[in-house]
Amino acid sequence: MAVTKTEPINGSTTKSSAPPLPSMPLKSDLLSILSLKSLRLKTKQQELLIRVSILCLVYVLAFITRLFSVLRYESMIHEFDPYFNYRTTLFLTQKGFYEFWNWFDSESWYPLGRIIGGTLYPGLMVTAAMMYWGLRFLRFAVHIREVCVLTAPFFASNTTLVAYFFGKEIWDTGAGLVAAVLIAICPGYISRSVAGSYDNEGVAIFALLLTFYLFVKAVNTGSLAWGLASAFGYFYMVSAWGGYVFIINLIPLYVLALLITGRYSMRLYVAYNCMYVLGMLLAMQIRFVGFQHVQSGEHMAAMGVFFLMQVFYFLDWVKHLLNDKKLFEAFLRITVTCAVGVGAIALGVGTASGYISPWSGRFYSLLDPTYAKDHIPIIASVSEHQPTAWSSFMFDFHILLFLFPAGLYFCFKRLSDATIFIVMYGLTSMYFAGVMVRLILVATPAVCLISAIAVSATIKNLTMLLRTKSKVSQTGSTKGTGGGKTSSKAMLDQSQPFQRNGAIALLFGAFYLLSRYAIHCTWVTSEAYSSPSIVLAARGAHGNRVIFDDYREAYYWLRQNTPPDAKVMSWWDYGYQITAMGNRTVIVDNNTWNNTHIATVGRAMSSYEDEAYEIMRSLDVDYVLVVFGGVTGYSSDDINKFLWMVRIGGGVFPVIKEPDYLVNGEYRVDKGAAPKMLNCLMYKLSYYRFGELMTEYGKPPGYDRARGVEIGNKDIKLEHLEEAFTTSNWIVRIYKVKPPNNRW
Amino acid sequence: MGFRFDLLLLFTTLVLLSTIAPTVLSDVILSKVDRRIDLTSQIVRVTSTLKVENPGPDPVSEVLLTFPEIQAKDLAYLTATLNEGKGKVKKSGSNLLINVAKPEELPPSLIFHSVSLPKALGEGDSLTIDVLAVFTHALRPFPEEITQADIQLVLFQDTAHYLSPYAVKVQSLTVKLPKARIETYTKLENTNIHGSDIKYGPYENLPPFSYAPIAVHFETNQPFAVAQELVREIEISHWGNVQVTEHYNVVHQGAKSKGEFSRLDFQARPHLRGASALRNLVAKLPPRAHSIYYRDEIGNISTSNVWGDPKKTELVIEPRYPLFGGWRTTFTIGYGLPLQDFLFGLEGKRFLNFSFGSPINDLVTDNLIVKVVLPEGSNDISISTPFPVKARTRGIIALRTKISHLDVAGRPVVVLEKTNVVPEHNQYFQVYYRFNKLSMLREPFMLISGFFILFVSCIVYMHVDMSISKSSASYLAKLQWDEVRATIQQVVSIINQCLSKHERLEASLHDLSRTGDVQACKTARKTADSLFKEYSKELKPLLSFLQSSPQATQILPKVEELVAKEKELQERLIAKHSTIVDCYEKKIGGRELENRVASHQQKVVALKQEVDDLLDYIEEI
Repeated sequence: MAVTKTEPINGSTTKSSAPPLPSMPLKSDLLSILSLKSLRLKTKQQELLIRVSILCLVYVLAFITRLFSVLRYESMIHEFDPYFNYRTTLFLTQKGFYEFWNWFDSESWYPLGRIIGGTLYPGLMVTAAMMYWGLRFLRFAVHIREVCVLTAPFFASNTTLVAYFFGKEIWDTGAGLVAAVLIAICPGYISRSVAGSYDNEGVAIFALLLTFYLFVKAVNTGSLAWGLASAFGYFYMVSAWGGYVFIINLIPLYVLALLITGRYSMRLYVAYNCMYVLGMLLAMQIRFVGFQHVQSGEHMAAMGVFFLMQVFYFLDWVKHLLNDKKLFEAFLRITVTCAVGVGAIALGVGTASGYISPWSGRFYSLLDPTYAKDHIPIIASVSEHQPTAWSSFMFDFHILLFLFPAGLYFCFKRLSDATIFIVMYGLTSMYFAGVMVRLILVATPAVCLISAIAVSATIKNLTMLLRTKSKVSQTGSTKGTGGGKTSSKAMLDQSQPFQRNGAIALLFGAFYLLSRYAIHCTWVTSEAYSSPSIVLAARGAHGNRVIFDDYREAYYWLRQNTPPDAKVMSWWDYGYQITAMGNRTVIVDNNTWNNTHIATVGRAMSSYEDEAYEIMRSLDVDYVLVVFGGVTGYSSDDINKFLWMVRIGGGVFPVIKEPDYLVNGEYRVDKGAAPKMLNCLMYKLSYYRFGELMTEYGKPPGYDRARGVEIGNKDIKLEHLEEAFTTSNWIVRIYKVKPPNNRW
Repeated sequence: MGFRFDLLLLFTTLVLLSTIAPTVLSDVILSKVDRRIDLTSQIVRVTSTLKVENPGPDPVSEVLLTFPEIQAKDLAYLTATLNEGKGKVKKSGSNLLINVAKPEELPPSLIFHSVSLPKALGEGDSLTIDVLAVFTHALRPFPEEITQADIQLVLFQDTAHYLSPYAVKVQSLTVKLPKARIETYTKLENTNIHGSDIKYGPYENLPPFSYAPIAVHFETNQPFAVAQELVREIEISHWGNVQVTEHYNVVHQGAKSKGEFSRLDFQARPHLRGASALRNLVAKLPPRAHSIYYRDEIGNISTSNVWGDPKKTELVIEPRYPLFGGWRTTFTIGYGLPLQDFLFGLEGKRFLNFSFGSPINDLVTDNLIVKVVLPEGSNDISISTPFPVKARTRGIIALRTKISHLDVAGRPVVVLEKTNVVPEHNQYFQVYYRFNKLSMLREPFMLISGFFILFVSCIVYMHVDMSISKSSASYLAKLQWDEVRATIQQVVSIINQCLSKHERLEASLHDLSRTGDVQACKTARKTADSLFKEYSKELKPLLSFLQSSPQATQILPKVEELVAKEKELQERLIAKHSTIVDCYEKKIGGRELENRVASHQQKVVALKQEVDDLLDYIEEI
């Protein structure tokens, strides 16, 4: 390219000299041909080489960009849910699959217990265990923890490959490559797949994208083999994450859209039927899902579309047999009415008889964002279930947010079965991402793919413009040497005067934007998404890093210094961590399956001590654990979560009323706080003896740094509990429930 | 009150004893006994200097040391050395052999250890022996449970008179206490107190088995760190590293803490509230220790510090939480050491020379398991230890081995076990084994061969036809398509060769403009011409194949167009070439030439463009 670009300059300068004139352009032509030829001879291989090496680099990049937390902290499991997954994986590798499948866990939900095998998605654990066994078999003596920590980055790397193939399928290889790069570093995905974030989503996004890719491939080729592959992809997804409901609703929706737009084809018929029937049968093998595919309202759309497909096929056949158009139309009307009528009646009867369960609360809250707030406080209380703020879209997508509509434009310009799919995926998932913060994750692959189309198509167009331009100018220049009149012709060629320069400028602009994206992603990954949340780090007065390892301090204390059968009551957020790290029985944990039980704990926390004592006695509680940030200024502590405990408790036990804890609708902990607030168990346990502590220079003792106020009740006496342990920064406080007093 | 009962029991047995057995072993006399009991740490060290005299006629080669059973179970370490010099400076280094003896006629509530003397003691001879006995768990917290604000008091019991089967002429006892309050102590005759030392004696002419129980109740704020189990794993790699991993299970065995633990008090007045808490442990690791880590089951523990100097590496570790009485914790420390400091060769064998006990100061280990993991392929394993241990050699002979990275058969493991280990046991032990240097290459070789197999299988996969049905239509079509593609490739390469010839022609024109060598130009044209003919001959069968092949119908028009265009391009070029050459011959220059060539030139450029585009298009397929 470089040679050809300089061409016109050569041509113009040679005009002045006379006899040996023709040789000059000849020479430069020759040069250009030579260079082009040496390129062209191997273009194919070169392209392949470049593509493969880019993919390899992206694969590695996707892995290493997720290692910040391992390098900064250590190889450890993050957050809350991953601890449960880690614990179950450990169990699986130690006891084997059957024990795991039949595991009744008595260490959680005391006294109810939990049937682990039947209430979890085993995909993640089985995957990690398989990798562990595989590595062991290959004689790599790794620890299961390392495998678990690195599972998410590994699958993120695999996702980039799937994104490449998907992009290739819906657009071209260029878009595939760009999609792979974009998804490799997209913060929306990194947030759930950094090393140590051993959560279902880590493998589920891979499975989701794989299923979609295989399905689109099946639709494009009409091949049974791809349909089968997508059924297996779906099975893996079902085994890994509850988000499979998205697939089982999106694909029918997509098929429906194709049917409506008249894009019905045999390929679609084969792909959908194969995927649906086999996928459904396979999914039934997961105990947690069971017969939901035929019994639950959330899965009915897929079944409806399945029958609709058969009707379509039947009609097609009849149409083939009947050549009379009028007759066929009449037939069509009758059949469609009959089919819809039968379907509606079946659905109605099924729902009325209770055979088909209605939609679950989570599903409702997706369709109606305000539903959870009014009806299921436990879902609304989770921060990642909140509606998404604009800023977090910007934070997680950055330039993709602007590229997304551009990509949609390109997709609409070149509508095909595949692009329709990606458009529908993008639009629906964007809606869900707006409803719940955590669903940004589901939207990320679609956004990356569609943006990749935008980027790839734009850059391709621009470079094409540059290329053809140079070719035209090349011919123009040679013409110029031939005759003087060509200059006007060349002018004519440049229909848009600054097209070339504009293209160059736009290219630079695109590269600038993409580099900003890369910088932003790296920054977000390193600053926001790579802290384990178990270990808190802060900057000390001298710029050194101060580590608050209080959670583990407390959990390890529990593990070592309490009786092995001790029951620990805490708010449900910490349940998984207490069982995994503290190895003690908890009353409630993050698997919020029993609202009443959680409400009981919420009620205990928000009652007066003697009332709470009765509840705790009835639950056999030995220790109570609260998280308190008043000393360190750690804001996500139990006092700040307390209103949710009140709400959830009040949802089941009307004794607890939210207004009792508020003063004029305001939540306070200082002197002006509500009397019930100042004397409830949570307040007492959090602030016990805190009134004597100087937390900040120049402030009165008992100054709460998390809320920036001096506490209202400094003289807290505990009657039925005693302080058993408080961590060095007071973040976790554990109290022992005293046995009842002797009566004499 | 358990201890009082023990005391009573002991006392009664002793009283009984002294009536039964005074006459048995009395031909030796201890003319002078000096005992010093060191109670400053949780490990009780009793140093006794015995002057042994043989008044009788028979030569004596053994001296018996006696401990009551209740003490004997706490006895961790016992050595006797010959004190030959007058002063304390001169001491013989060699330890005397000590065996557990069970003299008959003596009740089993006394445990005897017999010290073998280097040479038999004749009549009237005497010699001095230094005996060091180290006891663990000999200090009992009393009261057994304290609150955070209480101080820790412990009780120690022993006898003021040296318990011995021999008569003792003169004896004295010094009890050294930590510099703190003494609650009570048993006052006998001749009891003095000097600062923190209590002195009993001197007592003179006491009969065998005389016993005067004493109890000292004093304050100590030493944490009683006891490792209930310690597993040390020493793994040798002949690539230059000794990796040591130590799993501790530590409990504070001082007075148990009861009631509330208040972090506020502990932070505000650490020396009053929680004085006896175990805050940190100090480990003295060998010099040049590297890759040190400190963690437990749930992850890294960030509270540790390392200082290194050429003599030692000091590691200070803080448990996650301060250990109060009765609290426990487990943790793991690990470090690597340079191999050459610990592995030596001897007569074709290699031996590891490593210290036995825990590197942590003032730590009592109840149950120590030392595992030495030898490299894979080691054989002929033997061990030597300075004191008796329970040894098990696993590995080649036995059943279990340790499988680490890239092991096939597993590494042989030598397991040594010992109970009641104190810092005095930190002596070197040796593990001898034979190891072939070539075995070192086994693991890299495995790695290399693994990758090799991977790549070979990839190559094989790429080259093997995996299709199941060789006669199916799609398979045949695929074969044909491959053939068509190969043919097109050939066509394209021929066209490319033609194009390069074109360039050569142009180059000859260029030369012409520079040198004016018309003849050379002509020959160039001729050779090119003949070459072009050859190429077109070559093209013919290829094109006819493409025409016959049904797979090529789509691409065929393009290929034919390409060939045609190329032909035209050839002709144009030749024409242009000949025109220019003609002009040169006729000396027509400048504008005239330009005019003549122009039409050719335009056509050539346009054709070239078309050919390029066609080539691009065909190569895309």
